Amino acid sequence: MSTTTPTSAATSAPTSSGRSRTRTVHLGSFGRQTVAGLRMLLVMTVLVGVLYPAVVWAVGQAAFRDQASGSLVRRDGVVVGSSLLGQQWTGPQWFHSRPSVSEYAGDTSGGSNLTATDPRLLREVAQRRAALGAGGASAPADALTASASGLDPHISPEYAAAQVFRVARARGLTTEQVRRLVTDHTQRRTLGYLGMPRVDVLELNLALDAAARR
Amino acid sequence: MGTTLSGLLTIATVVLVLAVAHVPLGDAMARVFTGERHLRVESAVYRLCGVSPSSEQRWSTYALSVAGFSAVSIVGLFALIRFQGSLPLARGAAMDTDTAVNTAVSFATNTNWQSYVGEVGASPVVQTLGLAVQNFVSAAVGLAIAVALIRGLTRNASTTLGNFWVDLTRSVVRILLPLAAIGAIVLLAGGVVQDLTAPEVVHGLSGVDQTVQSGLIASQEAIKELGTNGGGYLNANSAHPLENPNAVTNLVQVVLMLVIPFSLPRTYGVLVGDRRQGQAVLAFMATLWVAMLAVITWAETAAATGPLGAMEGKEVRFGVWGSTLFAHTTTATSTGAVNSLHESYSPLGGGGVLFNMMLGEVSPGGVGAGLYGALVVAILAVFVAGLMVGRTPEIVGKTVGRREITLVALVTVTTPALVLLGTGAALALGTARAGLLGTGPHGLTEMLYAFTSASNNNGSAFAGLTADQPYLNLTLAACMLLGRFVPILLILALAGSLAAQRRRPATDGAMPTHTPLFAGLMVGVAVLVTGLTFLPVLALGPLAEALS
Repeated sequence: MSTTTPTSAATSAPTSSGRSRTRTVHLGSFGRQTVAGLRMLLVMTVLVGVLYPAVVWAVGQAAFRDQASGSLVRRDGVVVGSSLLGQQWTGPQWFHSRPSVSEYAGDTSGGSNLTATDPRLLREVAQRRAALGAGGASAPADALTASASGLDPHISPEYAAAQVFRVARARGLTTEQVRRLVTDHTQRRTLGYLGMPRVDVLELNLALDAAARR
Repeated sequence: MGTTLSGLLTIATVVLVLAVAHVPLGDAMARVFTGERHLRVESAVYRLCGVSPSSEQRWSTYALSVAGFSAVSIVGLFALIRFQGSLPLARGAAMDTDTAVNTAVSFATNTNWQSYVGEVGASPVVQTLGLAVQNFVSAAVGLAIAVALIRGLTRNASTTLGNFWVDLTRSVVRILLPLAAIGAIVLLAGGVVQDLTAPEVVHGLSGVDQTVQSGLIASQEAIKELGTNGGGYLNANSAHPLENPNAVTNLVQVVLMLVIPFSLPRTYGVLVGDRRQGQAVLAFMATLWVAMLAVITWAETAAATGPLGAMEGKEVRFGVWGSTLFAHTTTATSTGAVNSLHESYSPLGGGGVLFNMMLGEVSPGGVGAGLYGALVVAILAVFVAGLMVGRTPEIVGKTVGRREITLVALVTVTTPALVLLGTGAALALGTARAGLLGTGPHGLTEMLYAFTSASNNNGSAFAGLTADQPYLNLTLAACMLLGRFVPILLILALAGSLAAQRRRPATDGAMPTHTPLFAGLMVGVAVLVTGLTFLPVLALGPLAEALS
């Protein structure tokens, strides 16, 4: 970077004799800098507000169309959800997702923000335990707690295993059949070590429906 | 594989990637700010903006450019938000005046505190043309200030610090834009949405309708992390599966947050002509990063042995380790994105991420802001050491005199003053206190967290706080504004003062600033200053909660 002598008034050094003059120059300077700032903001808006997202969008359309539009899952050509979003399942014939503050509506997202010792959370946990019936006492943590997003698509393999008996009975399938489906849809840690073992509830329930139809 | 081993290997992967990347990236950034030639696109930018790229600015003019640009950014973003209803793709999105003020200040100051809900508060036009643009340029302002301070240290009896418009443009064009584009495409491939069609309401297999959100999320997500901004497109931020779908995208986001802040010490070392100077700063940042990661992970894994497994407010795909790594990184950099709810953390886990911000965002801190914050700590450490052993306080050939240490002291007290005064006033006032979710010590921590986050330009929250109310919107906006621009102004004055000095070869009387000992001294100074300032309030908040 060169350190050439400044030439414009805006960059000239103030001298003690010219203090008042310098101050007026600076006021004018702020105006000039602001105008330059406005022009810079507009140019940057075109560059990183329009061109950059447009290029990423074009790459998505060309190479990652499925991901770009929300990883939608279809059955018989009809969209039945997103593989990334959990759903609210009711009835014994489905594997259930985790508790959700927003009941998986998707128009907003978030969690309870409550601490593990907050009486309001403890009350909710007691209700969730009671709703799980006999398995409530030994329920895994993710069956009792709400996620951060309210849209967690996954449950732990333990929580899936805890639901096998209920689902099998409601579907008229053997527990062995249902247990095998759970095993088939249990995703391991990516590359063997990243993240947690998990079950995508929508994919498991889709497989369950398919097995029940056969 | 056990969860502990998996977590440790994940951390090792992050460290390995950074260890490999920081050398070439640090060198490249040094070239960006010293190169004589302008790229064709940059020359076009200068022409369109009517600025002369070859003119040099005194520190005061540099500061006026920063002020002029940031003022326009705030006013422009505010106008865009308030008029979004009249613009295309509005889809009913709206914010009140005080929320819009808060948001405009928040994104222009690189804070990205969000008192609005992304799904309903900001249209795609506001998100893409407003918020995402500020994600780029506010990070570029941070880089520019860091480079101006380095020039203050390296220039010899100079009245000037470079040209803000050139530093800003080069930061965007040569550093942020290429890295963000790579990051965005990786995230897109991993499942992050990039779509402009309206959010689709699908009839779920469960029989219940569900809205699948859309938007130009992948492009915004990449710069959100890379620019250490942190404002989520959607309310749940990086916990939302459409923003952060899996463990790989989580890892990518953690790396994006850290890569520039951890590379800048190398840039500093190269620019001052002594790489060991950069290594000492890097060692300082890395020591704090590792130590606090250990504390927060220990607190949360200990909490995970309870019946709730520490899973309230966490996602199954990340688990406890993937959540704490992110929570720690987002507060140690000034990002503030979240992939889990910090308020639901154990008292010491939540206190740990709070302490990260209280350190002043230097471990490794925000883009640019982390480095200039660390250099302030270095100057303070030089001064303290000078007092202790009677050596001349010098850093890379520049003397720390009365003017310099006065400016450094003012930088050091600015944010704590904003945090403590802001928290105290809000807790004294009924309307703000009524917004608290937590009670007792946890309620205190919740309010303290808000003002610590705003004043340090982090942007994460103990999100149980109902922050979208006029009093908090306006006072937090004031904290973000002052917490950003008062230190920037002081640091530019410091840079000007240092640049005016002659650069002298190191004397025997000076304390070396490139040794492990000095890095240790920096850690000690940072922890002591933070501890002395915040211990009383930490004792009343997270520590009291942990002991009860």
